[in-house]
Amino acid sequence: MRVTVDLGACQGHGVCHMSAPDVFELDETDGHAIVTSDPVPAALEADAQLGADSCPERAITVA
Amino acid sequence: MRIVVVGASLAGVRTVEGLRRRGSDADVVLVGAEPGPHGGIAGDGIAADRPPLSKAFLADAAVEAKPLTDRARLGALGVGLVTGRAVDLDLDRRRVGLHGGEQVGFDALVVATGSTPRTVPGLEPREGVWTLRTATDAAAIRAACPEGGRVVVVGGGFIGAEVAWTLRQSGRAVALVEPLPSLMARGLGPELGAAFTRRHAAAGVALHTGAGVAALEGGERVTSVLLTDGTSLPADVVVLGLGTVPETGWLAGAGLDLRDGVVCDERLAAAGAEGVWAVGDVARWRHPRAGEDVRVEHWTNAVETAGVVAANLTGTPTVHDAVPYVWSDQLGARLQVFGRVRPGDELRVVVGDLDGSFVALTGGDGQLRSVVGFGAVKALLPFRKLLLAGAGWDEALAAA
Ligand SMILES: Cc1cc2nc3c(=O)[nH]c(=O)nc-3n(C[C@H](O)[C@H](O)[C@H](O)COP(=O)(O)OP(=O)(O)OC[C@H]3O[C@@H](n4cnc5c(N)ncnc54)[C@H](O)[C@@H]3O)c2cc1C
Ligand code: SF4
Repeated sequence: MRVTVDLGACQGHGVCHMSAPDVFELDETDGHAIVTSDPVPAALEADAQLGADSCPERAITVA
Repeated sequence: MRIVVVGASLAGVRTVEGLRRRGSDADVVLVGAEPGPHGGIAGDGIAADRPPLSKAFLADAAVEAKPLTDRARLGALGVGLVTGRAVDLDLDRRRVGLHGGEQVGFDALVVATGSTPRTVPGLEPREGVWTLRTATDAAAIRAACPEGGRVVVVGGGFIGAEVAWTLRQSGRAVALVEPLPSLMARGLGPELGAAFTRRHAAAGVALHTGAGVAALEGGERVTSVLLTDGTSLPADVVVLGLGTVPETGWLAGAGLDLRDGVVCDERLAAAGAEGVWAVGDVARWRHPRAGEDVRVEHWTNAVETAGVVAANLTGTPTVHDAVPYVWSDQLGARLQVFGRVRPGDELRVVVGDLDGSFVALTGGDGQLRSVVGFGAVKALLPFRKLLLAGAGWDEALAAA
């Protein structure tokens, strides 16, 4: 599974990080999401999907 | 197995998507009746995402509303769409009755009918007076009040305060009437509420706190709002932000436990019925962390509850124990609240100060209960972690 964050759409809610801390980190300066494990290992796929679902801006794509 | 989901907004749409993602091969039907212009139904009954409706969409006619799904996407998921209003529920025969007489049978029912703006006698929508829930409402408010127009917002909760700011910074003259001494006092407590009240006043919103509405004046069309303190506020448009009530009228008499929402257990299974579930704004459930019944009217909760019910319907027993989250964009920054501020909680500002960006904590009974950030997306992260971990109040303060 691959995960991408559309930085144009990301508004720094940080909810993705809350749902899936092992997949999404937040940038120190502006709070935008950073994908820390792409491609996502099988054990984290459900978390990654949860993170994508929780993003109010629909900025995260998993494929 | 046939699963019928009533309500085609965030919680309902995410429920049907979640069912398919979890591999459900049930027959799934989504019933929607999102109101559109002139008392009709909008886009096949499917709602647009609501948060932009008090933000960018309200300010700017060039911004388009984002429908949460559409007929083609539902078709690709193999989900049936029925456009129509549910008017009753028969639990013995296991059918939902629609306006017009059609009956939709189910094995499992998911109630996703959300909430609807509260009105009080004398303060009902009419010409020039709007509540704000749908894209149709937001577009009408914007059209009734071009730049330079005068708006009176009644009610200073999250939505009222956000609407006031959005319309103010997009060039309207805005007055806000709130009977309590400060804005957002119910969501944030009195001290934070007072800070936001000061800041809205400084941003040019004409605040009338501690005052109620005595009457809406004018003929067919409202021209001014008379307050209980005698002030008369001229208005091209009045926006009512008096809170919301759960949309449970269609369930009356069906045998469900309805007390300010559909009462559910912690898995969101409705009390008093087999195979009935509730998601989103309409669900009241026993929150395992809070140890009390809560109903949460926030975006993230709708997504989370949809995930919980989709899991429960596909053989993965799951409880809903997420820490509530809400955000609001006002005064040029993002306000974020994790957890719940309770009346009487102690408040401590741990980063910044209440006139700039800040992180504040509230606590009671020795527990950290909420983390509130304003313009501090990153700075609140460590405190949010403590909240999720169930930290005590002293432990949280020691980390500051
Ligand atoms: C203007 C506005 C701004 C917001 N901003 C934020 C924000 O910034 N942050 C945040 O966290 N939350 C925000 N919210 C709250 C968030 O949008 C809601 O919590 C969310 O929409 C709840 O989704 P829901 O699907 O449970 O209910 P709803 O969105 O209320 O949808 C219920 C749906 O069911 C339909 N329905 C009702 N009765 C029937 C029936 N009998 N038959 C068929 N269909 C029916 C309705 O027409 C509607 O389409 C905002 C809400 C509004 C109105
Ligand atoms: S939830 Fe969405 S908007 Fe928020 S930080 Fe993550 S990707 Fe960005």
